[in-house]
Amino acid sequence: MMRIENLKKRFKKLQALDNINAMFDNGQVISLIGPNGSGKTTLIKSILGMVKADEGNIFVNGNPINDDPSYRSRIGYMPQIGRYPDNMKIGHLFRMMKDIRKMPEAGVDTDMLIRFDLMSIFEKPMRTLSGGTRQKVSAALAFYFNPDILILDEPTAGLDPVSSEILKEKIMLEKMKNKLILITSHILSDLDELATDVMYLQEGKMIFLKDIDTLRCETGEDKLGKAIARVMQRNTSLG
Amino acid sequence: MFKLTRYVLYDILRSKVVIAYTLFLFAVSIGLFQLEENQSKAILSLLNIVLIVVPLISLIFTTIHYYNSYEFIELMLSQPLSRTRILLSEYGGVALSLISSFMIGVGFPVLIYTFDATGLALLFTGIALTLAFTSIAFLASVKSRDKARGIGSALLLWFYFSLIYDGLVLLILFSFSDYPMEKFTLFLSALNPIDLGRIFIMLKMDVGALMGYTGALYKDFFGSGAGIIFTAGIMLLWVVIPLLLAVRVFRKKDL
Repeated sequence: MMRIENLKKRFKKLQALDNINAMFDNGQVISLIGPNGSGKTTLIKSILGMVKADEGNIFVNGNPINDDPSYRSRIGYMPQIGRYPDNMKIGHLFRMMKDIRKMPEAGVDTDMLIRFDLMSIFEKPMRTLSGGTRQKVSAALAFYFNPDILILDEPTAGLDPVSSEILKEKIMLEKMKNKLILITSHILSDLDELATDVMYLQEGKMIFLKDIDTLRCETGEDKLGKAIARVMQRNTSLG
Repeated sequence: MFKLTRYVLYDILRSKVVIAYTLFLFAVSIGLFQLEENQSKAILSLLNIVLIVVPLISLIFTTIHYYNSYEFIELMLSQPLSRTRILLSEYGGVALSLISSFMIGVGFPVLIYTFDATGLALLFTGIALTLAFTSIAFLASVKSRDKARGIGSALLLWFYFSLIYDGLVLLILFSFSDYPMEKFTLFLSALNPIDLGRIFIMLKMDVGALMGYTGALYKDFFGSGAGIIFTAGIMLLWVVIPLLLAVRVFRKKDL
């Protein structure tokens, strides 16, 4: 569960986040949508504590995030671009993460490692991997510790169609386990099957946060892409 | 605390730059000891190389390493680890790998050829300079987001400490040559770790007498127990203060 209250962040001249208020519950799959530079990544980074907000609070499972980093042990994060130490091997990376999180062998979720067939290349150094394989490593790492909250930044970008399907299946599976999942993506058709709610950001402001059925009802469109387009048109004609 | 350091160290020790640095230092040290009949002459030449190369490599390598690990640091930030711990672990990894390069490259030859007070003083200076300039480089890197600017400021700092500073000191001494400046120059040397290291070793080698009256004062001071504690203390400050500042900046930084 996560609550965001009056969150504001300014980068010099740019108001990256402008008074965001939101409430996410377990079992929801929130898709964060918005044009480039609308503040999606800034929001995600604020939740992870990488960006320090100017004002406002974020509560994870009821507790405000501040200097205590322990709340992050319940979050799995898949970055937009994953880069790892050049000379580190894949197996080594996973061992290191297990070491850092102090997770016993029994607790980890190796599902993605198996499905992406990463075990067989455990001895490969990171610098030799292609962008797509690195993306698979990032995905496997996000799910590895069986976290309550998953934050996926452009998860399917750079993945081939087969891997992309595998990842989507996994997200569905985790959704069933009553986890909170936040996804940003520009590929709206990917989100169609996954999302339960849509959060739309523009120029740092939250335009709306609605569950997907309401959105479909209001716009009369079945596809998420068309529904969003309809809302955007309405916004521009009003403004 | 040091779990992460171990992995950073493991990664860096396999990098080609560190291996090349080790081999270079080793070749230079062995070469100088083989060429020079007189061991203290060899140490003097080695000292000059160490004073130039160690700060330069420490600054540049650390800065480049920091920017290359940027995404990795981000990944670590998404884990339940505090920022202070992440930065100190990175520091530990970089500093330890540079020190091990130095100890293999310079330490071994020195221990084999001239295992005496001067040799040990040279090793102490090398290690202290590595630690100090790694700290300074971390401060420069966390301060600027841009890679080019970060490396640029690291280079400028190196220019300042190894070239410009000497000029400034000469200028000051020259303009105030009518006044007794001995105590003051002692203070000035504390403002530059490279200078401090140089004076410290020179005096251990008994070439301090060549430095005239000031040299005598130095010798009096640096030769004594208090002088050694003073040098070590100032070096320690050069390691700790930039590192603490870097941690402070890093804790408040947006990544």
